[in-house]
Amino acid sequence: MAPVRGCGGKNFYDTLYGSLVYHLSDFVTMSLTLEQVHRIAHLARIEIDEIEARRTLDQLNGIFGLIETMQAVDTQGIEPMAHAQELAQRLRPDCVTEDDQRAWRAAFQAIAPEAEAGLYLVPKVIE
Amino acid sequence: MKQWEVVIGIETHVQLSTRAKIFSGSSTAFGAAPNLQANAVDVALPGVLPVLNKGAVACAIRFGLAVGGEVAPRSVFARKNYFYPDLPKGYQISQYELPVVRGGSLPIQVGENEKTISLTRAHLEEDAGKSLHEGLGAAAQGRSGIDLNRAGTPLLEIVTEPDMRSAAEAVAYARALHALVRWIGICDGNMQEGSFRCDANVSVRPAGESRLGTRREIKNLNSFRFMQQAIDYEVRWQIATIEDGGCIEQATVLFDPASGETRAMRSKEDAHDYRYFPDPDLLPLVIDRQWIEQVRADLPELPAARRERLMTDGGLSAYDARVLTASLDLANYYEATVAAAGTENAKACANWVMVDLAARLNREDREIGESPISATQLGGLIARIADGTISTNMARKVFDELCSGGHGASADEIIARQGLQQISDSGALTALVDELLAANPGMVAEFRSGKEKAFNALVGQVMKATRGQANPQRVSELLRQKLG
Repeated sequence: MAPVRGCGGKNFYDTLYGSLVYHLSDFVTMSLTLEQVHRIAHLARIEIDEIEARRTLDQLNGIFGLIETMQAVDTQGIEPMAHAQELAQRLRPDCVTEDDQRAWRAAFQAIAPEAEAGLYLVPKVIE
Repeated sequence: MKQWEVVIGIETHVQLSTRAKIFSGSSTAFGAAPNLQANAVDVALPGVLPVLNKGAVACAIRFGLAVGGEVAPRSVFARKNYFYPDLPKGYQISQYELPVVRGGSLPIQVGENEKTISLTRAHLEEDAGKSLHEGLGAAAQGRSGIDLNRAGTPLLEIVTEPDMRSAAEAVAYARALHALVRWIGICDGNMQEGSFRCDANVSVRPAGESRLGTRREIKNLNSFRFMQQAIDYEVRWQIATIEDGGCIEQATVLFDPASGETRAMRSKEDAHDYRYFPDPDLLPLVIDRQWIEQVRADLPELPAARRERLMTDGGLSAYDARVLTASLDLANYYEATVAAAGTENAKACANWVMVDLAARLNREDREIGESPISATQLGGLIARIADGTISTNMARKVFDELCSGGHGASADEIIARQGLQQISDSGALTALVDELLAANPGMVAEFRSGKEKAFNALVGQVMKATRGQANPQRVSELLRQKLG
């Protein structure tokens, strides 16, 4: 799939920051290369130009700087948290709460680029 | 020629039988018109948040307990990032480092050999939507259609250790797992509808080698027959490739049932770079002891324990016990039959269920749950054979009658209504036998001259005269007395 400008908004930054920060220990030098930024942008199917890539690189390396400071704290023997809040997931009972979704489908498909016979249409994808 | 060892591990995607999706309140029912079960969460509109379905977690706990695995007191949801149009968020919510179930095992049987397959883990995740490439209207030329009804359906992905050594073992494992998830009621097992899908990781290595060979993953095997064919083909291909001096490259392959071959899907270098990280939208899943114990108390007796009990209580052979525990419905039906017929008739019940009833169900293409004869009716019939009221032949007639008559009548009613009781009364039979001997002096003479055939003919005559109702054993006894 070709990178599409402006597509995947939420995913782009989540992917970029989320995965990078989580995998910090993978980056021994605690700084990124331009190549790595391009690779992640490609995986997120986001087209970024050189200027944007450099700006993103600077921002990310800036974040690494902050983290480097935090790395100084001794965390020996402390169990890592999976979430910033020390809470447990609340659960929903197994009930169907949105039964008739015809109106919702019409509303969602009104803002979709293309839809036909109830299906969202996308450029042909076939393996 | 070199000896090769086959190594197989299996990942199975089991669709959980919940009413609602794993992170939204949309229905999971199969077969709705496109995108009518796809709400704002399922289509991934910005700003929506997932809320975990308790029913899906309960299914995972049930499974963990059933395979003797460890149900994690704390597990974590992660994002698996990849791009595909039927995955609208751009990531699948799954579990990575801390899955909900760790370990466990499943016994399998191949021919006479038993083996235990170790499980690595089982984790909860959401299913993706479906892409349709054909059958779209003219306006959709060159397009794929996306149906997100399946997006967000809860899945339990069950992963084995590379413990299987042949396609037969892989199929035996898949069958055992399929039976188990249905037995504990977490999956409907409908393979046509995609409720149970297997991926097989296959590699080969020279016999005696301890390192694993490079594996290829056969995706989306949705029938046991295809699994057997696909693995057989893949193994032959891998061995031939290596023996021809080639080497195996790690790849994802698809099985084409038409050609019977597997072919590589993609070998993009970044295909497996999923950049997992904990999903910030979901807090850790905490399962306390109390909940686990509640689920445990609710769990049906498991197949292995049930088999043991059928062998001890009913004196069944290992084979019979295995056949009768193929599904929970079948095992329950059998036990209800025994309850009606009496424990002393357990073996007869097993035979009727496995032979006569099975043949009938097979002919009518029905499941045991749709049996035309209830277990109480069948048990009542078997009791009447055991106490000599009717012969086995007559019982087959009554059986057919019960099957076609709905669940109203009992065996006793049909026997009485049609006068099918066996005639065992000596007085009545003696008179009949006397009459027959007088009428057939030829046969009597033949028998006396040593022709055993003539004896059988005489028994046949009595049976015929009574329209099959005479107790054949009593008739034989009487004839021997008279002729002896």
